[in-house]
Amino acid sequence: MTKFVKSNEAVVMGALYAGCDLYFGYPITPASEIAHGAAKWFPMLGRTFVQAECETASVNMMFGAAGAGKLCMTATSGPGFSLMQEGISYLAGAELPAVIVDINRAGPGLGNVYPEQSDYTPAVKGGGHGNYQTFTLAPASAQEMCDLTIKAFQMAAKWRTPAVVFADGLQGQMMENVTLPDAELPRPDFSDWAAQGEAKTRQNLVKSIFLDAAAQEVFNEHLQRKYEDMAADAMAETYLAADAELIIVAFGIASRVARTTAETLRRKGLKVGVFRPITLNPFPRERLAAAAKGRKVMTIELDAGQFADDVRLNLAKSGLGAEAASVMMIHRMGGQVVTVDDVVKAGKMILGK
Amino acid sequence: MKTIEQKGMYPKFPRSGKDTRVTHYCAGCGHGIVNKLVAECCAEMGLQDNTIFVDPVGCGVFTYYYWDAAHISAAHGRASAAATGVSRARPDAVTIAYQGDGDLGAIGFNNAFQAASRGEKFGCIFINNSLYGMTGGQMAPTTLEGETTTTTPFGRDPALTGHPLHVCEVFSQLQAPVYIARVSVADTKRILQCKQAIKRLFEIQRDHKGYALLEILAPCPTNFRMDPLKAAEFCKNEMEAEFPLGVFKDAEKGVGGSRSCATEGGADAQERVPPASASLVVKPVPQVASCAELFGVSDGVDAPPAEDDPAVPERRFKFAGYGGQGILSLGICVAEAARLEKRHTLWFPSYGPEQRGGSASCSVVVSGMPIGSPTVEHPDVLVCMNQPSYERFVGDVKKGGVVIVDATVPLTKQPPEGVKLYQVPAIQMAEDFGVPKAANTMMLAALRAFKATGLGDESLETALCASFKKKPQLVEKNRDLLRRAEDALLNN
Ligand SMILES: Cc1ncc(C[n+]2csc(CCOP(=O)(O)OP(=O)(O)O)c2C)c(N)n1
Ligand code: SF4
Repeated sequence: MTKFVKSNEAVVMGALYAGCDLYFGYPITPASEIAHGAAKWFPMLGRTFVQAECETASVNMMFGAAGAGKLCMTATSGPGFSLMQEGISYLAGAELPAVIVDINRAGPGLGNVYPEQSDYTPAVKGGGHGNYQTFTLAPASAQEMCDLTIKAFQMAAKWRTPAVVFADGLQGQMMENVTLPDAELPRPDFSDWAAQGEAKTRQNLVKSIFLDAAAQEVFNEHLQRKYEDMAADAMAETYLAADAELIIVAFGIASRVARTTAETLRRKGLKVGVFRPITLNPFPRERLAAAAKGRKVMTIELDAGQFADDVRLNLAKSGLGAEAASVMMIHRMGGQVVTVDDVVKAGKMILGK
Repeated sequence: MKTIEQKGMYPKFPRSGKDTRVTHYCAGCGHGIVNKLVAECCAEMGLQDNTIFVDPVGCGVFTYYYWDAAHISAAHGRASAAATGVSRARPDAVTIAYQGDGDLGAIGFNNAFQAASRGEKFGCIFINNSLYGMTGGQMAPTTLEGETTTTTPFGRDPALTGHPLHVCEVFSQLQAPVYIARVSVADTKRILQCKQAIKRLFEIQRDHKGYALLEILAPCPTNFRMDPLKAAEFCKNEMEAEFPLGVFKDAEKGVGGSRSCATEGGADAQERVPPASASLVVKPVPQVASCAELFGVSDGVDAPPAEDDPAVPERRFKFAGYGGQGILSLGICVAEAARLEKRHTLWFPSYGPEQRGGSASCSVVVSGMPIGSPTVEHPDVLVCMNQPSYERFVGDVKKGGVVIVDATVPLTKQPPEGVKLYQVPAIQMAEDFGVPKAANTMMLAALRAFKATGLGDESLETALCASFKKKPQLVEKNRDLLRRAEDALLNN
């Protein structure tokens, strides 16, 4: 079934196909359509929608529902995402699977409702307290809003971690074709650790507290190993990159601007390609290194350079110090989207044409 | 040391890291007494397999050392929110939140209050020891006037910090809760009453009747800086003087709360308080069996997936006007027509406060190949139904592009060179046809007449008809309007 769907609604569809049983949320533009869709469709399928009293409540309701062994989710935007950080840290600390969708709006503070990617660091590096990370996916189309939401549930369950679907305000509003999955995923069985209110789970304990420093350290080491292992599930995509002299690195909505730019510059005979991380954490470091080695690198982003810094870090950690040092950036902030014209100009300059 | 079997508790407490039966509570602590009672009730009622305890952050954080049942250890203040998640996820289980007066009364007050207001199906055991025990005896919302704590070293001054918070009295104003009571563990008689009340709380949960809150006055000898006996006396005399014991609400026994809505038989048998207006009624939720059933029908046109065709150039559209002129649906109509032709298609609206001023616009991109940038900076086709949007967008139109503007819009600006401009009396024509709302259909007729979309006549017409899927009586009328408008435009 192929439908013409608003991306925010595609998230809900994906969640339902993934077997998400509970939605907890608090309204915020530009993510509210996700709550609207969930409010309608979850109950129709006999599943649960709860409008929480605030985002702190949403995330802690998820803590309870996930602790009780069910797949659950919430969706929000910047200010709400900030409020959730303590709870996300608890989810990570108790190793609970849950999916948080952040439809990034412009900040800081109240900002406005137009697209930014400025929640990058909290969405990708773990925005709350302690040594934790989330599994973070960055969709770039309505189709991916559905597919990567499903993937987020799978990764959350597989790695027992909160997963973040990280998109922006413009993306949330976009309608595109979405081909829905053929079948719903079976519910995962969490009875070996969840508190389900039945005899076989009576001895299960969901907690993030380790009073003993040594035990807390062991747990931290376990988490860090898990995050290293997660690298096996990193995802990326390249476009026109094989012979490119300039690689544009971008994710989400910015990667689509990159794509059009590369096509435009190719028509002018300039060898430009695109590298798009689909998972931002785990970051597809090896694939980036392979695509960027010996090339000029430029990022496009809707933030102040948090992503560019991460690209530099990943290149440097891959031994590509020279490439890392020369990463350039085209960016906009405040809800403005980088235009193809601007990137074309920059691309020509970089390639000396 | 001889171990005495305690019903509902583990025989030893290995989760504490020690292989003993010693709890972490100070001598004479109210938590210790309540922990024993809760464990007994849970065991005596045979509910250990079914109970999920949601533990607080505070001195009660380690109940999972003791109670032999499943536990979820929540964040500070969030046990009621977490218990909401638990009881929604496991409606058949018995969910019990356990919270202190800092946890519930301060940081988590709204979460607890809202859960009570929603009538969440869990029981909340609320320990009021008049201060923050765990963090060193600071003031809680329940601290008594004049009581010395580490953050009220001169005694709590109501002029600066208000008066003690009466949680039961406040919560019992709510409609949904089934049971709200205050008890104490300051002496044996009170402890026995407390046990009965805890039992009641479990029964209500076992029978899934609704929300229940039990406040328990408890001594904290350590932070009262008293020996256990004196602390119990303080609890009995000073605390009870401020916080009277009693049942504040018991829906089944008709105590308290004039607008109670809980009765025996649980949610299904709930007697609803009549809503204020007879026209405001809860509608039944239509049930579907699967996602395929829910999403298997298309809301618009039934179109196949897009197919790549490098020969089809990309075309970018902008539609703009006032909200209510059907600008967004006009854009969707063109997008749907493109989908019918298996083109890659993208639509997005202006959103946010922009809409409030009355303007609306949307962008559509149609291409033979996957679409990159979604933003339409230089439209190939611009359709404008009002002056502000004409002035805003006309300068951006691409060379070789087309502008279609309603005839009411004064041409205060000229389009760039090489752009074709059509003035179409869409608003007027719609009025002449007797359907003023159909000005957007007139614009679609213009797009079709002037071959501005690169899409087939047939596709545009099918898309228009599909947009009235939910109002089938309007389909033929709009098809007819489209054709007549097109004829009129071509013959002028
Ligand atoms: C967000 C957050 N803020 C502060 C704390 C520190 N803290 C732990 S327990 C507590 C108060 C506990 O008091 P109460 O709820 O009355 O429980 P008691 O210890 O008296 O049983 C505080 C402030 C915390 N854990 N988390
Ligand atoms: S500090 Fe107070 S509340 Fe905490 S365990 Fe000791 S007596 Fe009990």
